[in-house]
Amino acid sequence: MRNSWIICKKELRSYFVSPVAYILLGLFAVVFGFFFWTGVRYFNDMGMQSMMRGQSFPMNINEQLIRPLVSNASVVGLFLIPIITMRLFAEEKRTGTIELLATSPIRDSEIIAGKWLAALLLYGAMLLLTAVNFVWLFAYGNPDWKPLAIAYLGLFLQAGAMLAVGIFISTLTRNQIIAGTVTFGVCLLLWIMEWVSGFEASTWATVLSYLSVLTHFDSFSKGVLSSKDAVYYVSLIAIGLFLTARSLESLRWRA
Amino acid sequence: MITVQQLTKRYARNTAVDHISFEVEKGQIVGFLGPNGAGKTTTMRILTCFLPPTSGSAKVAGFDVLEQPLEVKRRIGYLPETPPLYLEMRTMEYLSFVGRIKGLSGNELRRRVDFVMDRCAVADMKDRVLGKLSKGYRQRVGLAQAIIHNPDVLILDEPTAGLDPKQINETRDLIRSLAGDHTIILSTHILPEVEQTCEKVIIISRGKLVATDSVNNLQSRARGAGSVLVEVASRGGPLDPVAVQRKFERVAGVSGVVCKDSNANFSTFEVEGKADRAMRGNLARAVVESGWDLNELRTAAVSLEEVFLQLTGADAPAESKAAPVETEAAAKA
Repeated sequence: MRNSWIICKKELRSYFVSPVAYILLGLFAVVFGFFFWTGVRYFNDMGMQSMMRGQSFPMNINEQLIRPLVSNASVVGLFLIPIITMRLFAEEKRTGTIELLATSPIRDSEIIAGKWLAALLLYGAMLLLTAVNFVWLFAYGNPDWKPLAIAYLGLFLQAGAMLAVGIFISTLTRNQIIAGTVTFGVCLLLWIMEWVSGFEASTWATVLSYLSVLTHFDSFSKGVLSSKDAVYYVSLIAIGLFLTARSLESLRWRA
Repeated sequence: MITVQQLTKRYARNTAVDHISFEVEKGQIVGFLGPNGAGKTTTMRILTCFLPPTSGSAKVAGFDVLEQPLEVKRRIGYLPETPPLYLEMRTMEYLSFVGRIKGLSGNELRRRVDFVMDRCAVADMKDRVLGKLSKGYRQRVGLAQAIIHNPDVLILDEPTAGLDPKQINETRDLIRSLAGDHTIILSTHILPEVEQTCEKVIIISRGKLVATDSVNNLQSRARGAGSVLVEVASRGGPLDPVAVQRKFERVAGVSGVVCKDSNANFSTFEVEGKADRAMRGNLARAVVESGWDLNELRTAAVSLEEVFLQLTGADAPAESKAAPVETEAAAKA
């Protein structure tokens, strides 16, 4: 545990010593802010229209603003997650520092946990920055905070799962670009696999769509805490980290 | 301190290390010598638990590398061929990080970081980013990280590779000064390094152990019975090499005389026999008594280079196929 924390602090430091962390934080904040702004504008226009037409169309800020906003945020996360994970092991392999870690009295699992935690904390910081937007929403509106919190939990879990996949892929190569690109490809596939359920109803389509990260995000974005979907993300995290451990070990047998 | 038995590492296509056995005692500096690709790095990686052996066993301080890797790692400091530096970190920060993952904390960590920075002469660069350090400094920071947790065993993979001559000397001095506290294995393909730094040499070639012995024994072994070079000059008038040769042959302890070089005024002879003081004294006396001048008399020093070439079979291919020689036994016999 102590060792994981040492590794985690080291990774966080290297994110923040280089421009990587600031670029990610800034980019995510700006894009999220843009989504928020357009979302609010759209929401206002809709409200105006329904008032002018004299319809008592029920407006719901959680359903009509926060839900699409959070879905958009998770797509942006998809683009940024490979950038967070690509260097974690590829860089250590390229510079040979993996030998230092592997010959130190710490376990592989502690190294992996530390790195994953650092990646998750960075993503957490990115999410935290977006809270600024909601300050205005709470100041001028009356959204329900519970569905919002659950949606954020969903973003966090989904990122945790894709980060675990990304870390695994980072152990497979010493080239950061390859690690990043493959991670992006795999995460994208995990994402769009859900589409097959739109035109297919066979067993494999059901399985494929069940395995998609998108399927399980729906309930979270609605603000519904579904244990089934949470279990999916936690399982994906476990599988990703387990594969990472296997891959690190096999590195030694092959190297 | 280190016991290696029948250690073998096979890859898909080749065998990097082939049934190597050796022992290193506490406090020794051992040179691990071999041409590039001989299996030095692989052996070291097995000792540091970075690679698992295919078969055989390796024990460090009584702990097996496969069964108790964490205990082994606690007792080992390792400097890989390229120092494992995080180039975006600063010297002191890096050493603190390494100290922490090696299990140090609090006051002890601070004390050790200061100590190793001092010991390896990098304290003046403690706030410098590692990526901006010169190669010599990087190597010293690499050494500093290897000794930060005061390990019993130090494993250094080509610690002087790529340094300039001054840095090489500094690094060697540093390594020698560490010998009292640590058992050291260092690998190199540079022979003078072993002669200057190490007490014992382990020579491997193509994954096989070729010889393991002290530096002195190896040198004298290569000399064989030992030979002496004598340069004799005439005192006015020409010198008859044949007369000198005959004279030498009658000297006690001499088993053979070869005239290596000769001209009108002086001749050089290689005299074989027991290269001890008595024989050398006798030779000198013989020269002077015959009215010649003794210009030079020295034991024909053989560098490890020649030993090495002999042993690794570059000169004598037949020898490399022979079973590993325990030269200590040979020397005693």
